Amino acid sequence: MQITTNLFQYEFMIRAFWAGIIVAIIAPLIGSFLVVRRLSLIADALSHVALTGVALGLLLGINPLITTILTTVVTAFIIEEIRSNRQVSGESILAMILPGGLALALILISIANGFNTNLFTYLFGSITTVTNQDIWIIFVLAAFIISILLLFYRQFMYTSFDEESARTSGIPVRLINHLFMVLIALTVSVVMKVVGALLIGALMVIPVISAMQIMRGFKASMFVAIIIALLSVLVGLIASYYANLPAGATIVMVSILSFIVASFLKKNN
Amino acid sequence: MNIPPVISLKNIVFGYRSGNVLDGLNMDVLKGDFVGLVGHNGTGKSTLLKIILGVLTPQNGTVKLFGTPIKKFKDWDKIGYIPQKAGLSVSHVPITVDEVMRMEKASDYEVDEALSSVDMLSYKHQLLRELSGGQQQRVFIARALVKNPELLILDEPTVGVDVKTQEKFYELMQKLNHDFHLTLLLVSHDLHTISHQVHCVMQLDKKTIPYETNTCNIIHTHHKNADHN
Ligand SMILES: Nc1ncnc2c1ncn2[C@@H]1O[C@H](COP(=O)(O)OP(=O)(O)OP(=O)(O)O)[C@@H](O)[C@H]1O
Ligand SMILES: [Mg+2]
Repeated sequence: MQITTNLFQYEFMIRAFWAGIIVAIIAPLIGSFLVVRRLSLIADALSHVALTGVALGLLLGINPLITTILTTVVTAFIIEEIRSNRQVSGESILAMILPGGLALALILISIANGFNTNLFTYLFGSITTVTNQDIWIIFVLAAFIISILLLFYRQFMYTSFDEESARTSGIPVRLINHLFMVLIALTVSVVMKVVGALLIGALMVIPVISAMQIMRGFKASMFVAIIIALLSVLVGLIASYYANLPAGATIVMVSILSFIVASFLKKNN
Repeated sequence: MNIPPVISLKNIVFGYRSGNVLDGLNMDVLKGDFVGLVGHNGTGKSTLLKIILGVLTPQNGTVKLFGTPIKKFKDWDKIGYIPQKAGLSVSHVPITVDEVMRMEKASDYEVDEALSSVDMLSYKHQLLRELSGGQQQRVFIARALVKNPELLILDEPTVGVDVKTQEKFYELMQKLNHDFHLTLLLVSHDLHTISHQVHCVMQLDKKTIPYETNTCNIIHTHHKNADHN
């Protein structure tokens, strides 16, 4: 009891929990569709592009979250264009965009003269430095992402699973795909604040593939993925606080633990 | 009263960057027809279906669905489409038959009705990936049927399906064609089997048989009639 009161006496920890909870809800929601589309890597690719956005923001003196959203959305559109024209396989584009984003970020940082410690926190997350303003921005973006997902759930389902049939069902596939890209880009921008660019993909994908091993049904596994992500964030944060470890890393490790437990459960079924 | 053809293709020319696949193809499918589309690998069967469905735009020629030019066609509920290898892409995701059906706008009743018309109602809460290939095929047919379409387009539905299942499949097709008055366009490799099932065959193999002398009488005569007008 003594321990928990200590944890929540700090406002920064309360803010961290709020940010973590919001992120734990949207990351697996979007991640589920990424897994269906075999585009799990896109989150990682966009997160490195997000670093370019951060560097750009720091360089120009604009709120990095804004430049991050802009760069990720634009890149997501470019990925979608190349993917839908099938000139290059989705996976290879991502393999190019991932280092590309990182390289551009490094160049921008060099121009700005040296490594900014600020940027380091974006690499590995800085959940404990989340400000009240950040919380509000994250909250509004998350509300937007969830509403769009609820509103167009059927269209997203159909398009993700079977693009051609979706088209012959009168669904504006191109529009839905682009909308989905916007949602991914926004999610990446938001999640980055919490677990950092290097670990975004983990929080969006690991809870989903854990849940998909044990659940029967897409909606059911989406639901369980959110619970796993929430547990990962909460346990990870508490562990990071008491063991004095980086929160992003402990969160991801707990989610990997959930994957191992899920594999074990599946084997015994 | 003159009912326009369900599908009407006039002088379709289409090529990928690698070269022309379709070279001036004409074809009319009338209401109630059961048309087989055959041809060897790579002769452009799937390509032709994608042109009919508006996924690909031909370099030349006109496509009309139910009398409406494809660009203006909005009535997609009239068309059910079952792509080649429909089920394979979802083997990594635990999606239930019910969830597959829900991709179409449909009430509980409509879902159940469509599933029972293909004898799959008892599998409603099963995972798609735990069904056999033939059973998955039926689920996708059911999903197409839920819209109450007038035209059903199937791309190689019987590949990798055993003889018994294939028989059941064609039984179902005959039922849909007779009892539900569905117009069917079915792609297949197997000229022999399909020719016993369909009203007419369209052979899409320009190297052996030119379009003008294909064995599909309805298309052939209609094509001639069109020339008179
Ligand atoms: N996206 C594409 N880009 C370039 N060429 C393509 C594309 N899709 C198909 N082709 C080529 O067009 C030709 C027709 O392909 P299509 O898929 O329509 O054949 P098909 O008759 O359906 O064959 P199968 O019986 O193997 O399904 C083939 O030679 C193929 O190589
Ligand atoms: Mg084909």
